[in-house]
Parts: sequence; C-alpha cells; structure tokens
Amino acid sequence: MNQLLYSKLSSLFKVEPSLATSIGQIQLDRPVMLASGILGISLDVFNRLYRSGAGAVVTKSLSTEPWEGYPNPTIFSVKGGGWINAVGLSNPGAPNFAKMIEPNQEVPIVVSLVGSIPEDFEMMIQQFENCKVIAYELNLSCPHVAKVGLEVGDDPELVRKIVTIAKNTTDIPIIAKVGLGTTHYLNTVNTAIDSGIDAITAINTVRAMAIDVETQRPILSNKFGGLSGTPIKPIALRCVYEISSKHDIPIIGCGGVSTWEDAVEFFLAGASAIQLGSAVGNDWIDVFSEINNGILQYMKRKNYSSIKDMVGLAKKS
Amino acid sequence: MQRNHNHTTIVTIEKVIDETPTVRTLIFSDDRMSNVLPGQFAMVWIPGVNELPMSVMISKEPGKAAFTVRKHGPASTGLFNVKEGQQIGIRGPYGNSFDLKEGKLLLVGGGTGLVPMMRLLSFVKSTDDVTVLIGAKSKDEVFFEDLANNMLKNNPHKVIVSTDDGSYGEKGFVTDLVEKLVNESNFDGVYACGPEIMMYKTVRSAHSRNMFVQASLERMMKCGVGICGSCCVGEDLVCRDGTVFDGDHLSSNKEFGHFYRNKAGILEKY
Ligand SMILES: Cc1cc2nc3c(=O)[nH]c(=O)nc-3n(C[C@H](O)[C@H](O)[C@H](O)COP(=O)(O)OP(=O)(O)OC[C@H]3O[C@@H](n4cnc5c(N)ncnc54)[C@H](O)[C@@H]3O)c2cc1C
Ligand SMILES: Cc1cc2nc3c(=O)[nH]c(=O)nc-3n(C[C@H](O)[C@H](O)[C@H](O)COP(=O)(O)O)c2cc1C
Ligand code: FES
Repeated sequence: MNQLLYSKLSSLFKVEPSLATSIGQIQLDRPVMLASGILGISLDVFNRLYRSGAGAVVTKSLSTEPWEGYPNPTIFSVKGGGWINAVGLSNPGAPNFAKMIEPNQEVPIVVSLVGSIPEDFEMMIQQFENCKVIAYELNLSCPHVAKVGLEVGDDPELVRKIVTIAKNTTDIPIIAKVGLGTTHYLNTVNTAIDSGIDAITAINTVRAMAIDVETQRPILSNKFGGLSGTPIKPIALRCVYEISSKHDIPIIGCGGVSTWEDAVEFFLAGASAIQLGSAVGNDWIDVFSEINNGILQYMKRKNYSSIKDMVGLAKKS
Repeated sequence: MQRNHNHTTIVTIEKVIDETPTVRTLIFSDDRMSNVLPGQFAMVWIPGVNELPMSVMISKEPGKAAFTVRKHGPASTGLFNVKEGQQIGIRGPYGNSFDLKEGKLLLVGGGTGLVPMMRLLSFVKSTDDVTVLIGAKSKDEVFFEDLANNMLKNNPHKVIVSTDDGSYGEKGFVTDLVEKLVNESNFDGVYACGPEIMMYKTVRSAHSRNMFVQASLERMMKCGVGICGSCCVGEDLVCRDGTVFDGDHLSSNKEFGHFYRNKAGILEKY
C-alpha cells in the first residue's frame, strides 16, 4: 500500500497499542520480565518490581534443599560492559520459598527450578501447589554449578525425563531455559519440544572467567562463572532467531537487554517476551518502565496494536 | 579516563594499626575512597580468600583511606590478617550517605559501626554540639574514643563510652543511654550504625520523639550493586537503596530489627 495512504488510514483508525503479550498459555500485561537469579529472594521485592513495570518475575533457581552458594567474589564487572557471576545458585530451597510466596495474590511469578534427577523437579513442583504461580522455568543451563544446569541440559535423555515428569506433575505451563553448553543447544530445544515443553527461554549466561593481572589470580572464588549483559546480546539474539526459524514454539528472549531497542530486536527475532537481569545492576529497577515506555512509543510510531504484531518480523526478508 | 566504580582496583596496604585485640585499621592510598561520603561502603577483595562489604574509614592524610575490620569468620579474618605491602582489590564506593543536620547531634556507634560515624564527624561544623556514644562489650574492645575526642576538640562535645560488663565507662547497653539522652534534650539529628538491635532501639527512641534519625543497615552482601538480591530487608535493597535509611522508613519496615537473611537467603529471627 502507498505509504502516505497507509499512514493517513492508520491515523484515522489509531488503536492504542497494548503491551500485553502471551507466551503460549501464559498471559502477561507487559512483556519485560525479571530474569532468574536477579533480586529474587523476597516477595516484597517481587511486589516492588511488579509495581516498577516488570510484567512477571522469575524466581532465583530453587533446589530441593537450601544452598549457601559459593564464597565471594561471586560477581565481576567486565570492562566494556556486562558481568561474570558465579553465585553458585544460593537459594533458600523450594519448600522454604514456597511458604514465602504463598500469600502472593498479585504478582505473576514464574518459579525457576534446578535439580539433577527428574524426581527433584516433581518434588519441587508439588511444593508450590498452594501458590499462585503462572509458570515453571526449568533451568537447564546454569554454567557454573556441577550436576545441575548445563550438565542436565547437555544430556538429552535427562531433559526428556525431566520435562515429562514436570508436565505430568502440573497443568501449569512449563518453560525450558536453554543455554550454550557442550551439546548444541538446538538439540536440547528439540528434545524439550518433543517432550511437551510449553515455551523456551533463551539464553542463560555464557561460561567465562576473569583474571587479575596484579595478583595474577582468577577473581571469582569459583574461577569460572557466567557472562551476562550487553556482551552476550548478539549471541542470545542469534539463538532466538535460530529457534524461531526452526520451531513453532513461544520464545522468551534473554541476554543483554538494557534498552527498548534491545527488547524490540528480540521481538523481531521471534520472542514474545523478554527477560533481563544485568541491566538492573546499571540502571536499577527504573529500567522496566523505561523499556516499557520505549516499546510503546515504537509501537505507536509503527502503528502496531500488540506485541504479537512484531514477533518474528525480521524473518520476513 | 574516569574509573568505573564497578571495576576492581588493586591497592597496596601501607600501614596496619591494631585498635583492639580483634580490630585492625588498614590504610591505603586511593583518591576516590578518600573522598567518600559518610555511610558509603566498598566491596573489598582479599585475593584467594573472599570479598566482603566494608565501610570506608577516614585517614588523617589526604588521598588515603582505610578499612577498620573486626575478625569474625573466614572473610573478615582474611582481611584482618593482611600485612603491610599486601594487595587487596576494592570496588565502589557504593550506597547513599547520611543527611547532615546542623545543631545538636547524637552519633551512636557500636563496634565497627563506629567507622561511618568517624567519617560523619569529619563533616560536622565547628558550631555543632556533638555527642558520640560508643558501645562495646568490654574495656578491651573500646576503640576510636581518643580519635573522636580529637576530631571534636573545637566543638562543644561529649564522647561517652558504655561497656556491657561495666569494665570501662558507663555500664550497660548503649541504647539505655540513648533513651536517657533523647528524653533529656531535643537532638536535631540522631545517627546510628552497629548491631541491628542497637539501631532498632535507637531509631525507636528518637523517632517516637519526632527527632530526625537515620541508621546504616548491614545485610549479607554478595554483589553490592543490586543484582543478587541477598541484601534485601523487606522491599529495600541495602546495597542500592541504602545503606542509610530514615527512621520514618525503617519504622514501617517489618523486617528491620526482627529478621535477617542467612547465606542461603532464609529469613531468620534476630
Ligand atoms: C555495608 C556494610 C559495611 C560493613 N562495614 C564493616 C566494617 O567497616 N568493619 C567490619 O569489620 N565489618 C563491616 N561489615 C561486616 C563485614 O562485611 C562482614 O560481613 C562481617 O565482618 C562478617 O564477616 P565474616 O568473616 O564472618 O564473613 P564470612 O562468614 O566469612 O562470610 C563471607 C561472606 O559473607 C558475607 N557476609 C557474611 N556476614 C555478613 C554480614 N553480617 N553482613 C554482610 N555480609 C556478610 C560477606 O559478604 C562475605 O563475603 C560491613 C557490612 C556491610 C553490609
Ligand atoms: C547474579 C546472577 C545470578 C543468576 N542466577 C540465575 C539462576 O539462578 N537461574 C537462571 O536460570 N539464571 C540465572 N542467571 C542468568 C540470568 O537469568 C540471565 O539468563 C542472564 O543474566 C542473561 O540475562 P542478562 O544479560 O539480562 O543479565 C543469573 C544471572 C546473574 C547475573
Ligand atoms: S548485595 Fe546483591 S543486591 Fe545487594
């Protein structure tokens, strides 16, 4: 259609854009979610993040028992942007956590889970029976804790069993969070989809390290950690594009989002929502409303009425 | 190029001062840390040991700063044992700072909670009338008394020490003194740092009499920048929203004075 005519018509029928989005069965009022492991241990903080504009919050990855995590330093700021962290999945354990979020009425909470055997996931999901949870996210991609995370994601048979048991334990949607391990992440995605997963979050942090030249030592107590923030955005974006090109599965883009343009890039690559974490360390929790506003302005300018209108557009050409 | 405060800077310890059998002050050169505001803290990396949050202590010389550390668990003992000439990493400064009021001031410090109080003293005006309360377990553990008197030598001032066992100064908890003092006179500003129960009682005493009061909170810290979430108190993140909070705000926080989180993030009662 003639561009001029189009813009005249659209200004006549202007619809207020809506930030609401759906990730399969999961409905969100706003598309920017808090990624797992960021500020994630208190319901009061979740409430505050929700008020600040987060569409949903993903909890710290929970295990069957409380974990203290690694000693400090657990986080390192990379010159040029981003962070390397090896917190070691410190968390209060699923049973304690479930008690804490039981009073929740308002906040859309996604519970993130780590475990090493399928039964871990079954036991943990059962803990949340009395909680208002909108989805579970299986962390198949933590790059710095042995026997969970990537080591699970790298084992297709284990992924199949975990997804199957999780799907059999609850009717609430199950998301698989994949990352870059030794097995090609697309194999993990394939297996998860075959086993009935409802959505994919891509990606987790990327295994990395930092060494101090003065003291000539690795800085993190665990030596290796996961790289997050702006340096990984192009990688995450590629993964989202790749998954959405091969599969018809709802995707949540994660990795290096810090501006509305980053978020829109992920939508155009095929994500229906995004998660962010590291940006909070730089721009604090105002980052949620800033990105929401930026997306809205963009939608107005492009005359999109819903996030759906943008999803996957970059694959057209 | 301006230093990014999140990047670790390596500094060399130039001098170690024994304050008490369990407390030491480590002095180093760093312009940025020498100029921090009262209440701000640094994340301090002891290579091969740990990284922990430390309030930035004053030093008499320009361009120099210090940490005053009490040995406790592995991390703080690692810092306590750092010798002259050894290197440590610092990042920051992080956090907000105390709002300076003028007039009649009451500063309450317990143990290494005195550190931000000393920096606050370096900002008071010569016309301010300052009372410093130092709380300690016993005579052996009293430090910074002379330093406080020295820093206030041109002010109307009082430095009062109380020990739990009465082996030096007044006997009893420093909070009993606070209660007495705020009953006797109206302070324009009350500031506290130390064990949480002490801060809780101080805030309650001053706030209930409508006095301006602030406290610098301490919580388990891992990142220091508002990412990991381990330092939350209710909906506040101590590293990012604090460490200094107003009495008004604290009085409505249901965890302050009652609960803290352990290293796994489980809420425990004080
Ligand atoms: C803002 C702030 C300022 C501080 N300033 C000082 C100071 O000037 N002098 C001083 O001696 N101490 C200070 N502390 C306390 C200090 O950081 C240590 O936490 C405390 O000495 C206990 O150390 P540890 O050896 O038992 O730690 P470990 O048990 O060895 O713990 C290791 C890690 O746990 C964390 N951790 C453990 N306990 C605490 C705690 N109570 N608060 C915060 N983090 C904890 C630390 O980050 C550390 O990296 C401060 C704490 C905070 C939060
Ligand atoms: C301190 C920290 C802790 C994290 N903990 C978890 C975790 O427990 N589970 C998980 O799935 N991902 C965890 N992540 C990864 C994030 O959820 C996210 O995938 C990654 O940081 C990339 O997003 P970002 O670039 O927006 O930070 C953590 C990241 C950081 C920085
Ligand atoms: S120490 Fe990590 S959020 Fe405050």
